[in-house]
Amino acid sequence: MAAVAQPGATTVVQQSAGGNPWAGPPEGENVFGMITQNVSRLTEAKPPRAWYVAFAIALALLTMFGLSLAYLFYTGIGVWGNMVPVAWCFDIVNFVFWVGIGHAGTLISAILYLLRQDWRTAINRAAEAMTIFAVVCAAIFPGIHIGRPWLPYWMFPIPNQMGMWPQFRSPLEWDVFAVGTYATVSLLFWYMGMIPDFATFRDRSTTKIRRIAYGIVAMGWRGSSRQWHRYERAYLLLAALATPLVLSVHSVVSFDFATSQLPGWHTTIFPPYFVAGAIFGGFAMVVTLLVPARQFFGLKYIITLRHIELMTKVILGTGMLVGYAYGMEFFIAWYSGSLYEGFTFINRLFGPYAWAYWTMIFCNVVAPQIFWSRKMRRNVWVAFAVGVIVNVGMWFERFVIIGTSLARDFLPSSWGYYVPTPTDYTTLGGSFGLFFTLFLLFCRYLPTVAMAEVKAIMPEAHVQHGHGGAH
Amino acid sequence: MAAHRPEGPPKLLGVVAEYETPTALVHAAEKVRDAGFQHWDTYTPFPIHGIDPAMGIRPTRLPWIVLCAGLTGLTTAALLQWWTNAVDYPWVISGKPFLSIPASVPVYFELTVLFSALTALGAMIVINGLPEPHHPLDLKERFGRATDDRFFLYIQARDPKFDESATRALLESTHPEDLDDVMEDQSSPAGLPRPLVIGLAALVCAAIVPFVLFVQARQTMTDQPRIHMVPDMDFQLKYKTQKASAFFADGRTVRPQEPATIAVGQLDEDEHLHHGRVEGEYARTFPSALPVDEAAMKRGQTQYDIFCAPCHGLSGAGDGIVSRRAQDKEQSMWVPPTNLTQGYLRRMPVGQMYELIGKGVRNMPAYGPQISIEDRWRIVLYVRALQRAGNATIEDVPAAERGGLN
Repeated sequence: MAAVAQPGATTVVQQSAGGNPWAGPPEGENVFGMITQNVSRLTEAKPPRAWYVAFAIALALLTMFGLSLAYLFYTGIGVWGNMVPVAWCFDIVNFVFWVGIGHAGTLISAILYLLRQDWRTAINRAAEAMTIFAVVCAAIFPGIHIGRPWLPYWMFPIPNQMGMWPQFRSPLEWDVFAVGTYATVSLLFWYMGMIPDFATFRDRSTTKIRRIAYGIVAMGWRGSSRQWHRYERAYLLLAALATPLVLSVHSVVSFDFATSQLPGWHTTIFPPYFVAGAIFGGFAMVVTLLVPARQFFGLKYIITLRHIELMTKVILGTGMLVGYAYGMEFFIAWYSGSLYEGFTFINRLFGPYAWAYWTMIFCNVVAPQIFWSRKMRRNVWVAFAVGVIVNVGMWFERFVIIGTSLARDFLPSSWGYYVPTPTDYTTLGGSFGLFFTLFLLFCRYLPTVAMAEVKAIMPEAHVQHGHGGAH
Repeated sequence: MAAHRPEGPPKLLGVVAEYETPTALVHAAEKVRDAGFQHWDTYTPFPIHGIDPAMGIRPTRLPWIVLCAGLTGLTTAALLQWWTNAVDYPWVISGKPFLSIPASVPVYFELTVLFSALTALGAMIVINGLPEPHHPLDLKERFGRATDDRFFLYIQARDPKFDESATRALLESTHPEDLDDVMEDQSSPAGLPRPLVIGLAALVCAAIVPFVLFVQARQTMTDQPRIHMVPDMDFQLKYKTQKASAFFADGRTVRPQEPATIAVGQLDEDEHLHHGRVEGEYARTFPSALPVDEAAMKRGQTQYDIFCAPCHGLSGAGDGIVSRRAQDKEQSMWVPPTNLTQGYLRRMPVGQMYELIGKGVRNMPAYGPQISIEDRWRIVLYVRALQRAGNATIEDVPAAERGGLN
């Protein structure tokens, strides 16, 4: 491998003597070098104290998650508040919430790539990382909610001593394939995008460990144009494959509910409604993560106000789609003439869970309206705050759909009220610990911005035709 | 690690030129292409738009490979679902067909995408010859900037058109920032570093351990009781019918009925109301405890429509939806439900009708456990109304409303 002492690397070491080495404008003799330096120094210099504080908090939450799961496995599902009629609650709410978060990454990577939205290059890597970590969090919940956590292999078509196979006409089985495929394809997409950037890290590395570690994951990429040709073609194909996949995942998740007979679940609007909500929640999470990241990790020069503004516009647009879906659910409940459908929705508005419903409406429908103002869209801390509010709202949306529909169904004699236990809360909070731990490690050790892609859209990257362009 | 090393001075492998801008590189590539070279390449930090025609790179066959993989995925999904759910283990789900295309579509789609995506990345890696741990250019310090901000062009000496001085002259004419010879590598050790090899070997050995444990567990017996993974699910704090009870003196969990007691709602001392009989004979009148009025008739209709109409039909003619479906399916064993409006049923005492609803008759099950005593009487009342309606003549219709029936 090329062992190269870079002038940029020594500059970073000098910078770290005073102040936050991650912040401040990048230095460099040319625009491509500036981008390399700006992104690489996050992994080369010691991180600021804020990173350590955040990591300690995330690790504490992760430990809480581990302990909650150990308690659950040791004692059983009874440690949760789930009780008939509400047999699904926090476990499935958290699953749908995290899968939803995991939609923005691939949407930004794949759909915006096909639509040739060049601004995506600044944020796609972090959004893809967020997708992977959110899907990791999501995948844990179906595994632990089955009650016998040593049997999740039953979900897969593996020949076994019972001579049985999974039931492929069940939406829960479709879920296994949809989420599994989505996790795999997102991971491939993410890794493939990082190969050229790993090569950059490898060639800049000053220590042997870095050179070997990044050298292995870069697989000997050296930027050959013949390789770039196949690489770009493969990337385009992955984007084209991931685009329908993004739309399919949450549609399939919504089938878990829509194909059942329960009032409040049995609706044909669910697939598009879930997908819009997933994109809405996913973008809110991207904004929540990237506003502090760009502020503290010195990425302001790559992730600009324009990017934040474009994301807030997506949040506003998808938020209104979600609001429309809420309204349409009510219309259909009335228009269907079904007594039970009608009751379910009135019950959401004024029943025992009305507080959850109105929280959801405020967070998802009212709060994003602030983005009609251009000034608010360009205020990063307003964007951050609304991002957090929308994430809360999207969690409540899943709680309202799952919890309130189950708590009061057809028979008043079997109605109930779900009360979460402390373990429910520590499991939910702990899953955030897993998510943030992974994300902070990503910020520290992996290329947070797709350097090669950002370079390729710079004006300097375009070939000038005719003679005399070079010198 | 003492690998074989060639003797003598290092061999010349090629010439590398460095450029500062993509434009300079593209123009240089055009010249090299026009000179007819085959074994050469350019190295850039990002894909350069327009380099493919400048270098004469032909479109890759990758998309066709991915298409084949996608079709393989689709076929796999189709065969998997058909074999597992319709042939090897036919799942009976509400009498639905074993092989149903619409229900299979999600998995068709997912496996098509999964196979295609894995192949797109895998084929890209394989065709590109990755992983590629060694490259002659790695010896050049400046070449590290190929992944940062510089653009390189490398012509290999093994190209038939290669001539040391002429090729150098050709590259000089493209005004590179730097031009250098690439020599054979005689300094780097061959092979992987020893700690890495040891680490990988240890990892492979450790990976075998779980499978060995599985096989051992499958092949051996134990006299230990089974492991309870979730104790509060296996040992629940509740009474079960046949379990022993430490609380009651007789040790039984299920309690026998106390002598000389009657459970709530099971007092049946009124012969007329509860048994439909008066002095041993079937009653011909409705019990006096139940008012025969419009409200009773409406309630009877509601209950009849729920419990009786599926078989006997909404008008009592024996043409309920269950019966019609059985006839559609040509079920030879099906006994059609009785037409309630015809024959002996018109003369049957109300007491007997009441008893038949509660206790069942022929293949009609007993509805006593499901319909309350009062509601059974009200259903009888409504059946009487259906019998009257089923045998009505024009004389039964009020004179004022006869017009609409002609």
